Amino acid sequence: MKEYDIVIIGGGPAGLAAAVSAKKNGIERVLLLERDKELGGILNQCIHNGFGLHTFKEELTGPEYAEKFIQQVYEENIEYKLNTMVMNISPKKVVTAMNHEEGLFEMQAKAVVLAMGCRERARGALNIPGYRPAGIFSAGTAQRLVNMEGYLPGREVVILGSGDIGLIMARRMTFEGAKVKVVAERMPYSGGLKRNIVQCLDDYGIPLKLSHTVVDIKGKKRLEGVVLAEVDEKGNPIPLTEEFYSCDTLLLSVGLIPENEISNAMGVEMNPVTMGPEVNEILETNIEGVFACGNVLHVHDLVDFVSQEAATAGKNAALYVKMGNARKSTGEKIPLNAKEGIRYTVPGSIHVDRMDENLMVRFRVDGIYKNCYISAYFNNERVIHKKRSILAPGEMEELKLTKEQLLHYPNLKTITVKVEEV
Amino acid sequence: MFDYDVIIIGGGVSGCACARELSRYKIKVCVLEKEEDVCSGTSKANSGIVHGGYDAKPGSLISKLNVRGNEMMEQLSKDLDFPFKRNGSLVLCLNERDMPNLKVLYDRGIANGVKDLQILNKEEVLFMEPNISHNVYGALYSPSVGIVCPFQLNIALAENAYVNGVSFKFHTEVFQIKKRDEGFELQTNTGGYTAKYVVNAAGVYADKFHNMVSENKIHITARKGEYCLLDKSAGNHVSKTIFALPGKYGKGVLVSPTVHGNLILGPTAIDIDEKEGTNTTKEGLDQVLSKANMIVKNLPINQVITSFAGLRAHEDGHEFIIGEPEDAKGFIDCAGIESPGLTSCPAIGEMVVSIIKENMGLEKKRDFIAKRKGILSPNTLSKEERIALIKENPAYGDIICRCEMVTEGEVIDAIRRPLGAKSLDGIKRRTRVGYGRCQAGFCSPRTMEILARERNISIFDITKSGKDSKLVVGTNKDTL
Repeated sequence: MKEYDIVIIGGGPAGLAAAVSAKKNGIERVLLLERDKELGGILNQCIHNGFGLHTFKEELTGPEYAEKFIQQVYEENIEYKLNTMVMNISPKKVVTAMNHEEGLFEMQAKAVVLAMGCRERARGALNIPGYRPAGIFSAGTAQRLVNMEGYLPGREVVILGSGDIGLIMARRMTFEGAKVKVVAERMPYSGGLKRNIVQCLDDYGIPLKLSHTVVDIKGKKRLEGVVLAEVDEKGNPIPLTEEFYSCDTLLLSVGLIPENEISNAMGVEMNPVTMGPEVNEILETNIEGVFACGNVLHVHDLVDFVSQEAATAGKNAALYVKMGNARKSTGEKIPLNAKEGIRYTVPGSIHVDRMDENLMVRFRVDGIYKNCYISAYFNNERVIHKKRSILAPGEMEELKLTKEQLLHYPNLKTITVKVEEV
Repeated sequence: MFDYDVIIIGGGVSGCACARELSRYKIKVCVLEKEEDVCSGTSKANSGIVHGGYDAKPGSLISKLNVRGNEMMEQLSKDLDFPFKRNGSLVLCLNERDMPNLKVLYDRGIANGVKDLQILNKEEVLFMEPNISHNVYGALYSPSVGIVCPFQLNIALAENAYVNGVSFKFHTEVFQIKKRDEGFELQTNTGGYTAKYVVNAAGVYADKFHNMVSENKIHITARKGEYCLLDKSAGNHVSKTIFALPGKYGKGVLVSPTVHGNLILGPTAIDIDEKEGTNTTKEGLDQVLSKANMIVKNLPINQVITSFAGLRAHEDGHEFIIGEPEDAKGFIDCAGIESPGLTSCPAIGEMVVSIIKENMGLEKKRDFIAKRKGILSPNTLSKEERIALIKENPAYGDIICRCEMVTEGEVIDAIRRPLGAKSLDGIKRRTRVGYGRCQAGFCSPRTMEILARERNISIFDITKSGKDSKLVVGTNKDTL
């Protein structure tokens, strides 16, 4: 069986950054496995700009951003395989993969980085009633058809869900000659970035109907229209608010789900909130030497943070390979608790002795909060108290913890993060 | 002379089972189907259960054909290579008061000749199925109940009939049937056809065709059943098919694993006026979930990946009508084929052939091909076999559907085989591409590309399910 030091599953932004970082941290035998026909992942269909502001201080398109990392993969001579599906990973890190040239093959990895990304939530998960005609697409599928294949999925469009892909596709479909009639969002706030609402809807006069959802789908063969209704605080449609929109296309942008089937099958422990692996301060899962990063770990808004996180995972995988047991923590595992207003944190626990000088804790809030504080309690003592003018679920938040800070608390048992009103 | 000895109206399981049985004989048979593929009506949207036969009234045709169909299914699944599994069923009784009704069901089963029935107490039920509601009082256990893939059963029957010489005409809708001195003349949107015999296997429309030739009118109601399908991660929640005690509208909501490893919940039972009303409703889906929750606990309903509705062809007398009307000899009804129609279809085919046999001498073909090989699923192969397969045909090394792990080789087979797939739904029903948790999000652009290439048609003519269901309408900026 062929052996590798690090096998990285997925050649999207997370996998690319993890591979480059692993190589730069001194690991020779790195293998990147990608199921699609090219590296770059979903970035390849994100032809709009706005990528890389944090990392490269310039506005790039998705493919341009990917290219910067793909170039590094080439320069670093990192081995990669395209059109290759990972079928299974054993808990002992034997990776079974398949492609049409090599057939079904296995390799032994010392460390594995999970970077499979996410998939879109489909209509079924929302149980939207009605017929099941052609013309209902997830926003990402429509994005692929339009941006990569050049095909227009329809001419009169309603979009359900104001996730970023939905917003981006509202603008794209308008550019390509379709009429986008409305974007409906079930929640009283958008799930997307504020800048996307302004640049993709407001600039083109596309109405955003908050607290609205699709309650019926008409048309037996091809979509003929949808019925929207307002929903109450519990998300239930309010009678007599129904309104019919004639359209031939319904795009769904109703959430992303980390794609963890392989992780589940190998026994990786999951966080029920993120639906991604539970990881510690080095982004390692419950299985030693198996790391996770990017959207397979938790869904991000900005690719810059995916790249940063993935570089950390790549570096830690490299250290794991190089140092083995010497890198084992001898200290206690301190859980990070997400409380009032905070849905989750990544990582979910910290070994203080092993952490870097700085640790970025990322999280999302569960609603809109104005003029509030983000607080971190070390045991019962409030140590961090940061004023924020607005917090929204659509924007990932971060909090920096330093090793120095934590070392001041030798009896630290838990860290609790919460939103506090003024 | 006639264009055909037998014309069968409808390419569902009844029609295709009749076609396959008739294809054993030296006669000309044709199936007319108004949709673009077989298995496009009632046969495609049901529970996929091979019922035991304890529900039907003893002595009824339903009871006879159910038990016979159940007996035939296993061998048929081997001959025609479709998935079938006897997983057994439990009919739950949730309180002591209703136990006599469970006993009625048991007695009926015994009278109908159902084997190995047992009445279990609470402890026995919970030992067998720990996720069943703790309110359970007792249950009827029927080990002969099974699960089947309705699409593959239907498609296997059709393919086998086709390779044995039966013609299939798709997108062909019958408008009028005229009795002639001998035989019948059928008018359709693709022209007129004559036949000595007509088999009316038109599902919810069987009354319409029956009433064209007979004065003894029948009436069929479309009875809607809504379902939720859960991800494979929920597929082991129960291992047997779980029913509640039946009520007036049939067997009620069941919870069952499917033969592919998903979990299915449903159906509701609402009589509707519209015979194409396969839309789901909020009330219906809510009812499915709440009723399923009454019989099985901790249902992971956040794992629902799709929902759908099917229409049963409910005849007013709740009985299968199979045979010739007094005033229309040569016209053979297969009407009122509601549940357990899927189970009964092999027996229905047998019965229809025996009727035709009584009327005309049927001579057996010597070269009848009794077996059919389904689409090869590499998932069923050993590692070595799989490696050899990819070496021989690299298309088996490319995964198209990552949720169901279906390869390009399987998709190509589905398109190229007899009566091959012509649309995305056709491929889906044959290979499961797009049936998984992402519901075709990732694979549909790839599947469209393969279909266009294999059928040598434009991407703009690719449909979801036949005409008027095109997937893309133009190219970027084509109207600007």
